[in-house]
Amino acid sequence: MPETPTRETPMPETPMQETLLEVADLASAYGRVKALKGVSVTVNAGEIVSLVGGNGAGKTTLLRAISGVQPVIGGSVRFLGEDVTRLAPHARVDRGIAQVPEGRQIFAPLSIEDNLRLGAYRRRDDAIAADMEAVYELFPMLKARRATPAGGLSGGQQQMLAMGRALMSRPKLLLLDEPSMGLAPILVDQIFEIIASLKQRGVTVFLVEQNAAAALSIADRGYVIETGKIAHEGEAASLLADDRVRAAYLGI
Amino acid sequence: MAELLQFIFSGLTVGAVYALVALGFTIIYNASDVVNFAQGEFVMLGGMATVFLAAAGLPLPLAAIAAVVITVAVGLGLYLFAIKPARGASAVTLIIITIGASIALRGAAQIVFDKQFHRLPSFSGDDPIHILGATILPQSLWVIGGAGVILAALWWFFRVTLTGKAVLATAANRLAASLVGIDTRFVVGLSFALSAGIGAIAGILVAPITLTSYEVGTMLALKGFAAAMLGGMGNPIGAVAGGLLIGLLEAFGAGYLSSTYKDAFAFVVILLVLFVMPGGLFGARSVERV
Ligand SMILES: Nc1ncnc2c1ncn2[C@@H]1O[C@H](COP(=O)(O)OP(=O)(O)OP(=O)(O)O)[C@@H](O)[C@H]1O
Ligand SMILES: [Mg+2]
Repeated sequence: MPETPTRETPMPETPMQETLLEVADLASAYGRVKALKGVSVTVNAGEIVSLVGGNGAGKTTLLRAISGVQPVIGGSVRFLGEDVTRLAPHARVDRGIAQVPEGRQIFAPLSIEDNLRLGAYRRRDDAIAADMEAVYELFPMLKARRATPAGGLSGGQQQMLAMGRALMSRPKLLLLDEPSMGLAPILVDQIFEIIASLKQRGVTVFLVEQNAAAALSIADRGYVIETGKIAHEGEAASLLADDRVRAAYLGI
Repeated sequence: MAELLQFIFSGLTVGAVYALVALGFTIIYNASDVVNFAQGEFVMLGGMATVFLAAAGLPLPLAAIAAVVITVAVGLGLYLFAIKPARGASAVTLIIITIGASIALRGAAQIVFDKQFHRLPSFSGDDPIHILGATILPQSLWVIGGAGVILAALWWFFRVTLTGKAVLATAANRLAASLVGIDTRFVVGLSFALSAGIGAIAGILVAPITLTSYEVGTMLALKGFAAAMLGGMGNPIGAVAGGLLIGLLEAFGAGYLSSTYKDAFAFVVILLVLFVMPGGLFGARSVERV
């Protein structure tokens, strides 16, 4: 969770280029369908990195594998230098990996407040209440309805709740899976603004999107994935300028 | 009037036991999608272990506590050695596993204990209490009161504690639960332990009234399952209401029709629910699932 002004966070001074996440040659399959065929991705501390690609390219599978809810059949995932490839999902949350999954996946029958509290499930410190206030500051409409079941929220509000819930774990790395999917254009702009602002709050972001233009415009670096393989990678600005990427993903 | 009240008393007593068995079904079903037909065996183990530990010389309260602990251990064992290794198996496979486990537990009980019927002494004597011309046994009050206390404790656990909320979160969305760091296998194990404990307590409370033997679990599992179905599988309030309803139905049926067919009512309820309202009275939880 990002720092609030009233509290000192024990966040160490991280040099900008410290490698946070290092995915090497990762392979994963659903039965006989290979969804990832040797994917390598690096995310450095303090960056926003975007992964773009079309339907069924393997984006969700990659994020699931990083969080440990998807079996891998080859390659490795390293986080802050530690090999976490075989760690249980909850142990990865302890290391500082949080995910906002595709389709939001909020706890519909539970209250908004309980959803946020469960985001901090692994934490044992005493700053949870303060962090919840910080989330309410970021998403004020959640506070007004804090006691109501989360299932009653609109799609955009659920997206914000899912982001707030993930931030409640105080992640070092936030994985976002198509946060703009199915949202009205004005909400899409708002969501991307908030994602861009996370960087100032010291959260590193790995963003997965079909909306390539928006995702690359707020990113430092980017990857393009096609049928389970990284097809292009580089500075976000140069990907945005790349003719092949423009033709395939930006509709230009 | 007195007769009516009498039927209500006996209906609520046996209904409270069905309600607790139905709650056991509900808790495990919500956490893991497993319909645990060994639920009745937990009730049997609670009663039988208390009988034999008391016979071995333990004071009744200690025997009861030890019996609950033993049953919880059996519930955990069922999860660890039968359910967990079958991770990813279909619902039908898991149901067959729990039926197999219940047969095994019944067989083991027959060997470890015996084939006789046993009665526990009533906790507060056997002098009936007279109310408006009807009578109720003190032990009935223990059963109904005990069920009430368990309900209150469960309400507190699920509404107030973080662990309880983690169980609800796992039931609502297993993937999201894993992603926030809830160890979902721990949650499923916990739900088996909890259901076993509740079943054992029900078995101990009711043993002074209905007698107990190694095979009482079969019928109780059926009645509890009918209650859970009637209330809507996965709905805890429905489970309690369903249990009480079936208890009352049996009491009235036995009183006004014939006690020969008492046990048939639960079957009729199962069939009616299946054909007429598969979601049960209060709606099954599955409507919320994606
Ligand atoms: N549960 C599943 N069972 C079988 N195959 C699956 C499953 N989920 C995904 N796949 C397949 O794996 C491949 C990668 O899917 P994935 O969901 O990772 O793609 P994606 O890039 O996230 O797509 P989208 O943009 O539509 O979300 C696809 O071919 C898809 O059909
Ligand atoms: Mg996807």
